[in-house]
Amino acid sequence: MKPRMSLYGAALLSFALAGSAWAGELVINTDMSDPAPKEAFEAVLEGFKAENPDITVTWNEFDHEGYKSAIRNFLTADPPDVAAWYAGNRMAPFVNSGLFMDVSDVWAENGLNDTLKSASASMTIDGKKWGVPYTYYQWGVYYRKDIFEQNGIAVPKTWAEFVAACEKLKAAGITPIAIGTKALWPTGGWFDYLDLRVNGYEFHMDLTAGKIPYTDPRVKAVFEKWGELVTPGYFLENHAALDWQDAMPQIVQGKAAMYLMGNFIVAPLKEAGLTDDNLGFFQFPEITAGIPMSEDAPTDTLHIPSGAKNPEEAKKFLAYVARPDVQSSWNEILGQLPVNNQSEKPSDPFLDAGFAMLSDAYALAQFYDRDAPAEMAKAGMEGFQEFMVKPDNLDQILERLEKTRARVYK
Amino acid sequence: MSAVDPAVPRVEPYQPGFWRQNQRRLAPWLFLAPGMLMFLVYVIIPIFQSIWISFYDWDGLGEAIWIGIGNYVELLDDEAFYTSIYNNILWLLLYLLAIPAGLAIAIFLNQTVFGIRLVKSLFFFPFVISQVVVGLMFSWFYAPEFGLFYQLSEVLTGKGIAILADENLATFGIIAAGLWPQIAYCMILYLTGLNNINPEQIEAARMDGAKGWSMLWRIVVPQLRPATFIALVVTVIGALRSFDLVSIMTDGGPYGATRVLSFYMYEQALSEYGYRMGYGAAIATVLFIIMMVFISFFVVRLVTRERSG
Repeated sequence: MKPRMSLYGAALLSFALAGSAWAGELVINTDMSDPAPKEAFEAVLEGFKAENPDITVTWNEFDHEGYKSAIRNFLTADPPDVAAWYAGNRMAPFVNSGLFMDVSDVWAENGLNDTLKSASASMTIDGKKWGVPYTYYQWGVYYRKDIFEQNGIAVPKTWAEFVAACEKLKAAGITPIAIGTKALWPTGGWFDYLDLRVNGYEFHMDLTAGKIPYTDPRVKAVFEKWGELVTPGYFLENHAALDWQDAMPQIVQGKAAMYLMGNFIVAPLKEAGLTDDNLGFFQFPEITAGIPMSEDAPTDTLHIPSGAKNPEEAKKFLAYVARPDVQSSWNEILGQLPVNNQSEKPSDPFLDAGFAMLSDAYALAQFYDRDAPAEMAKAGMEGFQEFMVKPDNLDQILERLEKTRARVYK
Repeated sequence: MSAVDPAVPRVEPYQPGFWRQNQRRLAPWLFLAPGMLMFLVYVIIPIFQSIWISFYDWDGLGEAIWIGIGNYVELLDDEAFYTSIYNNILWLLLYLLAIPAGLAIAIFLNQTVFGIRLVKSLFFFPFVISQVVVGLMFSWFYAPEFGLFYQLSEVLTGKGIAILADENLATFGIIAAGLWPQIAYCMILYLTGLNNINPEQIEAARMDGAKGWSMLWRIVVPQLRPATFIALVVTVIGALRSFDLVSIMTDGGPYGATRVLSFYMYEQALSEYGYRMGYGAAIATVLFIIMMVFISFFVVRLVTRERSG
């Protein structure tokens, strides 16, 4: 009797492994280690399990920073079925080395080409889709409303107004702009916006795609505008030794007035005591008149590694997270914007402002370190940081960047 | 008479087996084998592998392209590489301060007073805590606005100095942080050395009128030579592999001013923005050659001393 039993067992097991409809496995690796993203993803998984009780989900949780190097190991050594990553050029190394699976079929079957249209371009390489976006968020200037009022400053709409506002704040003994550049990337936000406003979206994309030399006079024009803030000392002092979080207390304590950041800064600022009454948001002001406003809106994504053992379940999961209702509730907890245009509008005033801004945007950039390849991004942001400390070194910096560009985009 | 008695069995001459014959020569190798195997697999082979990788252009995932000495040619034209080497030399020179400082503290603590054991362990404390913690503590110490050092410098000079934000000072700030545990390490080496000093020699020297500097320089320090040698070795190697403090305190910044070779290698090959295994391997090879100079110097000295007894 016994051997026959185990024979049945083996038969059942192989049946199950063949990917039958009633038993499956799904391994997910993510970098959602911060409290809000973690809680949000737990809710998503609960929802998915409730609808698919037959699929056993294993969720491997990585530290946000450590994940960036871990993913290179696990994609080659022990690929999960779903992995979190980022859109744009950031996913190119994995796509080009064949580590991500083409999921154009998921997009076609679920009508995602319409509902996720805004992120379509940043998910496409070689005309194929390589993942599903689940959230994005706006960048812009977060400022202290009360400080602006006390100094009689209106929300600046143009560059001249913006510089004038900085001057006024500086005169009043307040650091106009908070920033912490130790981790380099906050400088990327400034470069992106200045370039998008001075030269426009197409130029910025050509630059990050390596088609334009950094020694081009139009790039230099961007730094000239930047210099108008650096030379008079409108940025927080000693920012090179600070992380972006280290600069936040300056805003909270009212020692600094503005911070160009992603919307994720709202949660910690509110936790530190700011409210909707004294914390505001405005779009980065216009510089060259007539250039349509484009924005930075980094998109976070989920992908299927090409070595996934359960691709069917993984595709099911991707289709699930692309759904408007799932994206609504997910981003509600996350405090970010759903990518699916059928999702409900956010109720939070900052998200609402961001939603309106991004809907009217001419085009969306990912972020300097996602649009430009990693090596270029690293060298570029290091140059930006140096410029913000030593603006006189500009020519040297640009020459160095040009050297890097010549090597990176062969 | 001379006939052999057939009843007595002839004793065969003793023929030991291969094992018995060679046991004495084989046994040490057998005992060494596991260790040597590990050393081979985890140290020797990887060294050659990374030298091999340094001739390729490889992102760690895709196909590796042979470019010969291309990576090394690029290194010669790389400002960041020269910054790293310059900083490595700074580290090497300033780190050596740990040896006299450790000796001074050791001599200071080498007395029998009530509670000296507690004081000694307190001095040894910085070596026990992790380098990462040391790095964090010192970055708060230097932190702009709220750091103790910053506020102190503000009171003294009227303007706060943010060490880690200043490209000319940041490396010195990190080395100072590194010296703290390194001095403790050298101190403990010297403390054990001082225990082994021959009291009769001291006594004799004292009778001959030696005291103060001449006592220290001519009597005590020569007897501490083994301790000095070890302290030199660990300090030089510690300086060359200074990675954790740089990574924690400045991440190589501001704009790359505090990079050292080991950090630059990590940055190029393994960090968030680095996907250049070949280039990283080339930097590692250069670092390896520099280390080899020191290591072979030490090994040669060690061997000659052992030979001479």
